[in-house]
Amino acid sequence: MASAIFRSLQVHPFLLYPTTLLRRRNGVYHLTTKATQSQTDTQPRQPQTKVSTSSTQSKKLDKIPKNYEAIIGIETHVQLSTLTKAFCGCPYHYGSPPNSSICPICMGLPGALPVLNSKVIEFAVKLGLALNCNLAFNSKFDRKQYFYPDLPKGYQISQFDVPIASAGFVDVDIPVEFGGGHKRFGITRVHMEEDAGKLLHAENGNYSQVDLNRAGVPLLEIVSEPDMRNGIEAAEYAAEIQRLVRYLGVSNGNMQEGSLRCDVNVSIRPIGQSKFGTKVEIKNLNSFSSVSRAIDFEIARQVQLHSQGQEDQIVQETRLWEEGSQRTITMRKKEGLADYRYFPEPDLPAVILAQEYVDDIIKSLPELPEIKRRRYEQMGLSMQDVLFLANDKNIAEFFDATLAKGADPKLVANWIMSDIAAFMKNEKLTINEIRLTPEELSELIASIKGGTISGKIGKEVLFELLAKGGTVKELIEKKDLVQIVDPVEIEKMVEKVIAENPKQVEQYRGGKTKLQGFFAGQVMKLSKGKANPGLLNRILLEKLSSNS
Amino acid sequence: MFRSFIDSHFFFLTEKMILSTLQTPRSLSRLSLTRHSHSYTSRASLTDQTPTLTTSPPPHSEILSTRQTLLSRRASAADLALSRLARLRLVEPRLRAFLHLPDDDALHAQARRLDARIAAGDDPGPLAGVLVGVKDNICTKDMPSTGGSRVLAGYRPPFDATAVKRVRELGGIVVGKTNMDEFGMGSTTEASAFQVTANPWDESRVPGGSSGGSAAAVSSRQCVVSLGSDTGGSVRQPASFCGVVGLKPTYGRVSRFGLMAYASSLDTVGCFGSSVADTGILLHAIAGHDRFDATSSKQDVPDFQSQFASVSSLESKPLKGLRVGLISETIDKGVDAGVISAIRAAALHFEELGCSVNEVSLPSFSLGLPAYYILAVSESSSNLSRYDGIRYGNQVYADELDSLYGGSRAEGFGSEVKMRILMGTYALSAGYYDAYYKRAQQVRTIIRNSFKEALSQNDILISPAAPSAAYKIGEKKNDPLAMYAGDIMTVNVNLAGLPALVLPCGFVEDGPAGLPVGLQMIGAAFNEGELLRVGHIFEQTLENFRFVPPIVADDDIAF
Repeated sequence: MASAIFRSLQVHPFLLYPTTLLRRRNGVYHLTTKATQSQTDTQPRQPQTKVSTSSTQSKKLDKIPKNYEAIIGIETHVQLSTLTKAFCGCPYHYGSPPNSSICPICMGLPGALPVLNSKVIEFAVKLGLALNCNLAFNSKFDRKQYFYPDLPKGYQISQFDVPIASAGFVDVDIPVEFGGGHKRFGITRVHMEEDAGKLLHAENGNYSQVDLNRAGVPLLEIVSEPDMRNGIEAAEYAAEIQRLVRYLGVSNGNMQEGSLRCDVNVSIRPIGQSKFGTKVEIKNLNSFSSVSRAIDFEIARQVQLHSQGQEDQIVQETRLWEEGSQRTITMRKKEGLADYRYFPEPDLPAVILAQEYVDDIIKSLPELPEIKRRRYEQMGLSMQDVLFLANDKNIAEFFDATLAKGADPKLVANWIMSDIAAFMKNEKLTINEIRLTPEELSELIASIKGGTISGKIGKEVLFELLAKGGTVKELIEKKDLVQIVDPVEIEKMVEKVIAENPKQVEQYRGGKTKLQGFFAGQVMKLSKGKANPGLLNRILLEKLSSNS
Repeated sequence: MFRSFIDSHFFFLTEKMILSTLQTPRSLSRLSLTRHSHSYTSRASLTDQTPTLTTSPPPHSEILSTRQTLLSRRASAADLALSRLARLRLVEPRLRAFLHLPDDDALHAQARRLDARIAAGDDPGPLAGVLVGVKDNICTKDMPSTGGSRVLAGYRPPFDATAVKRVRELGGIVVGKTNMDEFGMGSTTEASAFQVTANPWDESRVPGGSSGGSAAAVSSRQCVVSLGSDTGGSVRQPASFCGVVGLKPTYGRVSRFGLMAYASSLDTVGCFGSSVADTGILLHAIAGHDRFDATSSKQDVPDFQSQFASVSSLESKPLKGLRVGLISETIDKGVDAGVISAIRAAALHFEELGCSVNEVSLPSFSLGLPAYYILAVSESSSNLSRYDGIRYGNQVYADELDSLYGGSRAEGFGSEVKMRILMGTYALSAGYYDAYYKRAQQVRTIIRNSFKEALSQNDILISPAAPSAAYKIGEKKNDPLAMYAGDIMTVNVNLAGLPALVLPCGFVEDGPAGLPVGLQMIGAAFNEGELLRVGHIFEQTLENFRFVPPIVADDDIAF
């Protein structure tokens, strides 16, 4: 019976069989061989490009004994947002039904051959340039060989000894609340490769299924130098990679969907010791905060073992971050160095970059986050403003477009960071989805500055624009919102309010001057918020005191 | 319910892929057919010459005479198919050249569609009504494709290989899947997981390999032409053993899409025919760039047919001035005396045709064999990883994953394949890579350069296609090194990526009717046209030999 089922299923892309088939000796389902290749890349190298301008000590980090130092390197896999997969014409959409986007090529059927999607090279060159790397003008693909059910061909097409980009760096601003400062982290290499499929394990644990939708989706693997020293630095590094890929438009950078995956390597050593400690790899990090917290947990764990003389208990292994319990647990111990038997992929020609091709890409690069931050900083914006605005490419573009209409940077930053940000958060909208345009924000700021409308009315107008769109001019006209700046008119209203509230006038004149606010409010109400507040207060004060 | 969903889903996807990406737009294929038909009709008249007066008329083009027959309505494609299939079936029990033969009905239906086109006045295509055998490692969507391996027993690909697709588009009828050494690994066809094929010249002998089925089928006239694959000589050596014409094109000339990979940097799809013209016409049909093979060349495919001049139109010295280099290392010790004398006679024949023949030395020649085997087994160890029992093919029930892999592969692969996977895995292992794979690549560069040098001083190079004629079934089965040594004549050409044409040039006295000896002609990259031109003249002027095996009754080939 069982064999009959297998017989019938084996030509189908979607397989069922007992989970025990896929169970590793230690009982954890996971690909044991993946992503260990760069062990040798990250660990033995000294940081070379670190330019530290200030310490990133924070209260949290003070918990870590000062006589230890942590060494952290990160491998990041970025899933490229190409229309089709790396080597075939299948599209990839996150969350599609299993095996709905597969073909003979990405299934690894006999006789199928890979043909490179040229967008993959373009995206790799873009990211390589953005990471200040040296490009390999003559690189190639290699086969990395291992067996796993999610790997259809029995090898992954990757790059081994000649990555397309190498020896770069990325500059990061540490947020003020974590001590601030500017940091530079080295990039060892960037290479192109294809993703594997996914195993879906049945809840009852009886069988596993193979979904090959993701098989063949292009990835860039970015390997950092071991330049990070704590969880915050690592999280900021990862966040900068995310910003870069989003600015460049090469990936959506979404960690929840697995479009951006970070594996971190952590070791510790007593300060002053030049030899590296034993490195531990941590996986299953699907947010920046889990990157940060997992690393800090792991540092604390290793320091504790080391300080108790149990450094032999720190072993080379892969640990899993458990979000629920906020700790790392052993996933698998290393069983010696895996031999992937790399050799040049004979089905694909060499990847040769022409200088003009690279020059065209250089010309097409957008302003990158680091350049933007420095520009905003020079405008006199606070670091908090700078980081907020430059964090999201679309917000930065909105900001820049508003500035282009002549608005004052600080005022624009304030509007975006307060009311506009709050509105987007409440309505769960992105800046591209709100109805307000940079032109109108600029117009609004100019109208307030020029005295046409009050700041209070300005806010009303803003929310109208955010929700419904339209122009500032139209709204002011339609709703008759022009500020009342005629002293005679304001005086009339003040007199009316004083006349209608004799009791309060008496109290005021009896020394309860706090009541000025009450009168101001009544006048403003009478003017439907349109009275110029400065003028109102001056006249009110005159009237209240003159009749005493 | 679940199954049928998956089924149709799968089918839909692959269909979609094939429809959207593989099919030539109708208008385009019509255009190319018109172009072909023009050249073909003008050439068809050439073959209607009165036969020469020699006792053995030179081989004529069966493809062109089939075309003439159909277009002149002397016979219908259905009638031709019927009579040819009858002959195929008659000798098949003795030869066992085919692993799969479809129902006659399916082939008749195809033939009738061609007849309908002819009746409607449409050009049915240059290969109309031609029965084509296809080696079993070349994917066909309507027939099983096993690569001669148990691991793929019953496997049906959802797509046609590009070469097969082009053959079908030009009117060719795929008549069945031919036997082969498992995944192309062997030189006798004895390493097939399913059956041993006999040599049509002597049924106690091997047909050569790995494309032994394709060679035997053409030799015995079971089909008109056939597709094979050549990684280290798998088209040329069986062509020699079976007395037919075999062509290994330049690497990149013919798309490998749909060819089950053995050693990707060496694999080529090749052609068999009973004449040089048929072989060249088949090559023309399948050659050219394919966007599904990144290693296929964008070089134009010239019209080879203009090379096939009729024998009566030839001058007395039709190859005057052609510089022919006889590779001295290939007529040295270790090569059968009968083979050497047949090749020397061929060299004399070249001189009679006006060529200057000189011996050239390729000192790197003997390095080719070890370098070839290192590279081929290394790549094959990787290429055969996909046969893991997970998605298709032989799957063994097991309690855990490693046993599923181990069992499926242990049961699915034959011993020759396992040996090569082991050797390749070893050669690529950390610490051995530099000593083996990298070194072999360096040797490959040396070999490529020495061919380039030799071909700058000669227009073509000649050698035997194999050091001996066909040997007995079982003779080298337990001596793999002796079998590997038989590839000495051919592997260098694959390492250099060059085209080579093998055609029968004589006999050695053995077996009931003598055994054919094949002459290998090696040309410069993408110069198949020159090889076909020279080969055709050589073939048409070679007297006193008739390369029709005894298994074919005399009246049989007069159709």
